[in-house]
Amino acid sequence: MFAYLVRRLFLMLVTLFGISVVIFFLLRIVPGNIVDILFAAAGYVDPADKANLEKELGIDRPLIVQYWHWISGFLRGDFGYSYVSEKPALQEILPRIPITARLAGLALLFSASIGIPLGVISAVRQGTRLDYALRVVSLSGLSLPSFWLGLLILTASVAMFNQMPIFNPNPATWLEAFATYAVPAAAVGFRSAALTMRITRSSMLEVLRQDYIRTARAKGASDAAVNYKHALKNAILPVITVIGIEAAFLIGGLIVTETVFNIPGVARFLVEAIRWRDYPIVQNLVMLIAVVVVSANFIVDMLYAVFDPRIRYTD
Amino acid sequence: MRSVWAFAAMAALSVLTVSTTTLAGEPKQGGILRMYHRDSPGNASIHEGATYSLNVPFMPVFNNLVIYKQDEAQNRMDNIVPELAESWAWVNDNKTLAFKLRQGVKWHDGKPFTAADVKCTFDMLMGKAPQKFRQNPRKSWYDQVNDISTNGDFEVSFNLKRPQPSLLALLASGYTPVYPCHVSPGDMRTHPIGTGPFKFVEFKANESIKLTRNPDYWRKGRPYLDGIEFTIIPNRSTAILAFVAGKFDMAFPTEVSIPLLKDVKSQAPNAVCVVEPNNVATNIIVNSSAPPFDNIDIRRAMALSLDRKAFISIMFEGQGDVGGTMEPAPAGLWAMPKEMLESIPGYGPDINANREEAKKLMQKAGYGPDKHLAVKVSTRNIPVYRDPAVILIDQLKSIYIDGELDVVETANWFPKIARKDYMLGLNLTGNAVDDPDQSFYENYSCGSERNYTNYCNKEIEKLFDVQSQETDIAKRKKLVWDIDKKLQEDVARPIIFHARTGSCWQPYVKGVTVMSNSSYNGYRYEDVWMDK
Repeated sequence: MFAYLVRRLFLMLVTLFGISVVIFFLLRIVPGNIVDILFAAAGYVDPADKANLEKELGIDRPLIVQYWHWISGFLRGDFGYSYVSEKPALQEILPRIPITARLAGLALLFSASIGIPLGVISAVRQGTRLDYALRVVSLSGLSLPSFWLGLLILTASVAMFNQMPIFNPNPATWLEAFATYAVPAAAVGFRSAALTMRITRSSMLEVLRQDYIRTARAKGASDAAVNYKHALKNAILPVITVIGIEAAFLIGGLIVTETVFNIPGVARFLVEAIRWRDYPIVQNLVMLIAVVVVSANFIVDMLYAVFDPRIRYTD
Repeated sequence: MRSVWAFAAMAALSVLTVSTTTLAGEPKQGGILRMYHRDSPGNASIHEGATYSLNVPFMPVFNNLVIYKQDEAQNRMDNIVPELAESWAWVNDNKTLAFKLRQGVKWHDGKPFTAADVKCTFDMLMGKAPQKFRQNPRKSWYDQVNDISTNGDFEVSFNLKRPQPSLLALLASGYTPVYPCHVSPGDMRTHPIGTGPFKFVEFKANESIKLTRNPDYWRKGRPYLDGIEFTIIPNRSTAILAFVAGKFDMAFPTEVSIPLLKDVKSQAPNAVCVVEPNNVATNIIVNSSAPPFDNIDIRRAMALSLDRKAFISIMFEGQGDVGGTMEPAPAGLWAMPKEMLESIPGYGPDINANREEAKKLMQKAGYGPDKHLAVKVSTRNIPVYRDPAVILIDQLKSIYIDGELDVVETANWFPKIARKDYMLGLNLTGNAVDDPDQSFYENYSCGSERNYTNYCNKEIEKLFDVQSQETDIAKRKKLVWDIDKKLQEDVARPIIFHARTGSCWQPYVKGVTVMSNSSYNGYRYEDVWMDK
């Protein structure tokens, strides 16, 4: 197990190194740089002024020098300065992380707490009206883009209650805090909940057909015990995998949700930074996300062993 | 007797009415004006920017030497009033503009304002100071200024190479604040220090901009507001919904499009909305240095094919204006008369006749029903650019030109234009000041950095200088009309239309004036107050 852990950690480092190279060079391949955009915003192009600014920002140096400057800084915790705001990149990134983390955490919670029970109910009541209704709900969750659902929620809340659940950094009441995070989390988590529901349902259906379930029923175990103790415990592994993958994919959904609900989190900030070609922000932020995703995958793999005692990692 | 009582009652009633009106109309102190902002500006330095995303939130931090009256919608030479200057005079055969400065004014950090600040601001703008701006888009405004001289702490003079009456108009623009000498250009980008009615508090990129009342403002009793808070919401649907739901006191100025205006008025019937022209012209930039548009016949044919009214009716439900380079009347001061405008090829009311003439020119150039000319119409990936580009492509079809839309990301737009890597471009040009010197020199002068097409006509260049020195307004107008007509006939940068846009605020917000011939000059906000 220890050797396996060491090997996995080594692979994680190799993966992260590969990601850093890809991020760095992909960003440079994208046409236009921060200087082009700054001059576009100023509405004129002066080659001498451009050259001065490129020199000032260090983007005229050879790429390999720029890469080394960045990655060595990242490893030391020195994230450099944002080209746009001219503030330390870390100072720009850090306050936004908890906002997105809360939103993502709530969305995943929403996904698991809605998706798993409804998936189980749908499987247990297979072929009933309830099953069909839940399948329609899950299908709609997979079909509705989160930005559209978000706009729908906003429009409905303004039209019906003349209220706007827009981000409030200092909520005065519990209700305001709830509106700040819960509504956008539901908008972005609806898709994950729908996916979780479908995976839970199909996984449960497979397990419910197993011999040991029949045996448990024959031995007089209650429906609840059979469904939740015997079946769900064995059906949960694919669900955990999906939730783990969804955690990584969530960032895509959060970008649009943060834009629609005007939440100043890292996801929207990342898109803005890409738009400005603000390399120090984009590179460091994507690397941080990569570290989180790679670590999340690692943790999910470890969780397999916790949930299924038959799984043992060896060399 | 009855009539006496009736008279007394009427008098009492009228006194009551007057006093009530006075009470309701008396400006009140206090309150934070909440406004959404359409975009996160790159920085806070007005001198380094060219978008009113920057002027709107940061203009209240500063003062100019002079400014257009903030409670009149039309910017005119005769409504320029003093700010940091107490008075001014043209001397030395109109080659020197001398200012007497206001005394006792302090920067927001407590340091005194003096003539040295004026000199170093304009020295930086002219590129003559040791400290440099990272970007200096309006350097050409001061081409005729030889130097700035000071006499003591409160007198400053602009010494010109030749008379330029428009200099005063340029100095009155929201783009011309006075910066402090003791703060570096870098610090002004992140934490601007001004002398204006509001002090900078914070700017969180993509999040918010906050200003607070300057209690030591030199204009006593101003500003009325305790502060202004801008919440940055790039998603227009979300922003408008938030305004409708009362989360904001004001929508971002000129950001409510004509189609959206209906939604706002239906969902928030009490909202006050005005529609004004904003001196932004949608135009075509032509790469006349390469085939096929190096052929003047093809350029003229293209200009003849335009149905400008169709653009306006499709995009703005008819609320837009047809004109030349200068903004159309009545908002614009320099627009040529209608008859003169209609005498320019392509501006005549008979579109079919224009297009028949265009077809003949195309046939002369070797194109016809069996041989269409394929062109790429490049434009930025923003709806206000993309939508007219699509209509343009449709109209070009009528004269044997098959257009293909080439959508360019903003980051690549100016580099692409500078490389001349385009055939036709659909462009928007906002004029900071409704003055020919700003428009002609900036957009059409040989070598100007904003003359994207590198149009260069030495004859017209001479006329630019003639009109610029003319002090008789009537004479100058005639010269300007002739130049504008020639620019259109040369197809230098064909103007398609001048847009109008909506600005909305809640009914309790008072003292807002939306400028009708500029999008850049009306955001001091020191006279705005809230009746609640």
